[in-house]
Amino acid sequence: MRVSVHKRAFLPLAAAAVATVLAGCGSQIADPTSGSSAASTGTSCVDTSGNSIKVGFINSLSGTMAISESTVFDSLTLAAEEINASGGVLGKQLQVVSEDGASEPTKFAERAGKLIQQDCTAAVFGGWTSSSRKAMLPVFEANDALLFYPVQYEGLESSKNIFYTGATTNQQIIPALDYLAEQGTKSLFLVGSDYVFPRTANKIIQAYAAAKGIEILGEEYTPLGSTDFSTIVNKVRDSKADAVFNTLNGDSNVAFFRQYKSVGLTADTMPVVSVSIAEEEVPGVGLDNVQGQLTAWDYYQTLDTPANKKFVAAFKAKFGAERVTSDPMEAAYTSLHLWKAMVEKAGSFEVDKVQAAADGVTFEAPEGLVTVDGENNHITKTPRIGKINSEGLIDTVWSSPEAVEPDPFLATYDWAKDLAK
Amino acid sequence: MRGLLQGRMGTAAGFTLGAVLLLGVAPAVLPAFNLALLGKFLCFAIVAVGIGLAWGRGGMLTLGQGVFFGLGAYIMAMHMKLADASLFGGSGVPDFMSLYGSGVVPGWWEPFRSPAVTLLAVVLIPGLVALVLGLAVFKRRVKGAYFAILSQALAAAFAVFLVGQQATTGGSNGLSGFRSFFGFDLKDPNNKVMLYMIAATVLLLSLALARQLMHSRLGELLVAVRDQEERVRFLGYDPATIKTVIYVVAAVLAGIAGALFVPLVGIISPADVGVIPSIAFLIGVAIGGRATLLGPVLGAVGVAVAQAGLSSTFPSFWVYFQGLLFVLVIGFMPGGLASLPALVGRRRRTRSAASSPAAPARPAPVATSPDAEEKATVPEEARR
Repeated sequence: MRVSVHKRAFLPLAAAAVATVLAGCGSQIADPTSGSSAASTGTSCVDTSGNSIKVGFINSLSGTMAISESTVFDSLTLAAEEINASGGVLGKQLQVVSEDGASEPTKFAERAGKLIQQDCTAAVFGGWTSSSRKAMLPVFEANDALLFYPVQYEGLESSKNIFYTGATTNQQIIPALDYLAEQGTKSLFLVGSDYVFPRTANKIIQAYAAAKGIEILGEEYTPLGSTDFSTIVNKVRDSKADAVFNTLNGDSNVAFFRQYKSVGLTADTMPVVSVSIAEEEVPGVGLDNVQGQLTAWDYYQTLDTPANKKFVAAFKAKFGAERVTSDPMEAAYTSLHLWKAMVEKAGSFEVDKVQAAADGVTFEAPEGLVTVDGENNHITKTPRIGKINSEGLIDTVWSSPEAVEPDPFLATYDWAKDLAK
Repeated sequence: MRGLLQGRMGTAAGFTLGAVLLLGVAPAVLPAFNLALLGKFLCFAIVAVGIGLAWGRGGMLTLGQGVFFGLGAYIMAMHMKLADASLFGGSGVPDFMSLYGSGVVPGWWEPFRSPAVTLLAVVLIPGLVALVLGLAVFKRRVKGAYFAILSQALAAAFAVFLVGQQATTGGSNGLSGFRSFFGFDLKDPNNKVMLYMIAATVLLLSLALARQLMHSRLGELLVAVRDQEERVRFLGYDPATIKTVIYVVAAVLAGIAGALFVPLVGIISPADVGVIPSIAFLIGVAIGGRATLLGPVLGAVGVAVAQAGLSSTFPSFWVYFQGLLFVLVIGFMPGGLASLPALVGRRRRTRSAASSPAAPARPAPVATSPDAEEKATVPEEARR
């Protein structure tokens, strides 16, 4: 009885709901071939009429990534202030809208949408993890907006809506392998956190090693945040590898290096090359645990270039003398200046004009002169191998003779042919 | 809220009001971005309806709803990836598989090329997993904290499993970059409105289902099982069956919510299905009032809206605020915010010693005396 009464009340409602849903339907993809070139339906709402222009910063200011990403936010802030002090972009002052990615990919996607659609920013800067970038990519493509991504990553990606100012694999991983081969390394042990960057990096290392006759004695992964390395460290020691290639991320490095040291392994007996430990991470991992170990980046605070001296001095003046500068921070700083140069070359804030003007745009960055490659939206970078010194800073021990052209799909390397089809 | 729910006519009026607000007013007044955001919140609300049934009414502390949410979401995401691959790539192989995997679609992906199989699987697979799990757990009379720990461990294991399968599930990146939804272009704003409409309609339907269940014999038995499982067994019912049925319903709702979440948000990753999101699902339910019909929904949406608003202004403050709210509600208002009117009403009654015997009019699980009803609303473990 009760059920039937309720049903009667509900049926018309359901019918109305279904009708409303169907009325809301939009276009279907009729011709599959035209799909890829389907013009974006969202028109840009960027307001260029006033004497200021909005840009968006999206970094994790809360959650597990906050400790790393807030440093990028700081250096972006510095770059924005510098640009504003020198007259802005096309005469307009930058007005920063900042959003918190909260270390969650879905949050990055959601907040990126807000920065584009609601705040109407001319360009967005930020992101750190690969998952945050992968989450934002479709948002920027669907809205035909611009993202500047400042962190080294696993490559195999190119979007006309993203400018990658961090290193791709041939500007970090491969030079590090070249260096090790040059040093006479015959065997390697791979240790990494279990996510896309280490897995892709190790795939590249395996292919490189197979081609160059380097033996891979082990490949071990731990979940992100894992702190138990006793088994792995023992395996590493027993393998007697010439060197260890470390793609661990975050806190795991603390436990790994501590246990590495405790079983008697040192930078002299078995050096570790790390690709995720920069100046910012050294105190967290513990200087006495990592002193003398190697890193692979494109920028170190100790670089002796006029642009770097200016950058480091300005950063310390603004955020405190105890602060350090790192590769992702430099790449973020560079990204905002590159966008300014692109906009000024284009003479417009419009996305398609900026994209068209991007190729060949240069900036005298702290790491040296960088040039935008309009083919893949990456930039040239100078790979450098560093050694962690007694102050916790990193000294350059090897540097590429010239800036390396970005090759995110490793198309110019014969041995990498099977990696990205 | 309670007034509207009083009686059957009130229920019908309540649903109509809800439908008008969600399907008429919201799309008309909200800008596209906020509407999509609301659509995402409604997905959480659908999960919350299920948790309200299982936890609020059934006393099963479901700390692992992320698993069912994730199953539904990944099934839908796999279908959308395959559909995009044949629509745009021609090769039929999703982009990430050629980049990170072997470039060959694994056999267990193939069934999800079919839209019909996908839609069935979104409902059936979470349902079946919950059925097997429910029977295994409840038949052995595992309950309380043991059940909660077990379901949470399952969520943790599921997320770790997904991260490890980079070549077939996208690993920690998850699945993203969708361009079409059953042939509809996801770039078209009209289609985004359609997706929101579908989510809103599903929420209304799940509320209707939850209300039917709450007022059915099964719903009354469920509350009885929650409060005195042994007595129900002595009466000749099998508590395990009752709990399993409701657990399956909650899982199916979570699965459907996950499947709607994917086209609305555009990504599903292990970060959306693990322990933390599973707990986050509960927070809104607890704050809203787990044993009521609308409490979980309003709680889930309310917490999500507050988070969206507060977290951009005070990024690091939000987590503490959420935690504090949770502690306050659990500590001082175990029935959630939905019990606030009743609490206030009772205090006023005791103070004025009013002669009116007005009983709290919340949807009565067992209509006996006001006292018994009060007991029924607050699960046993919360009252200790």
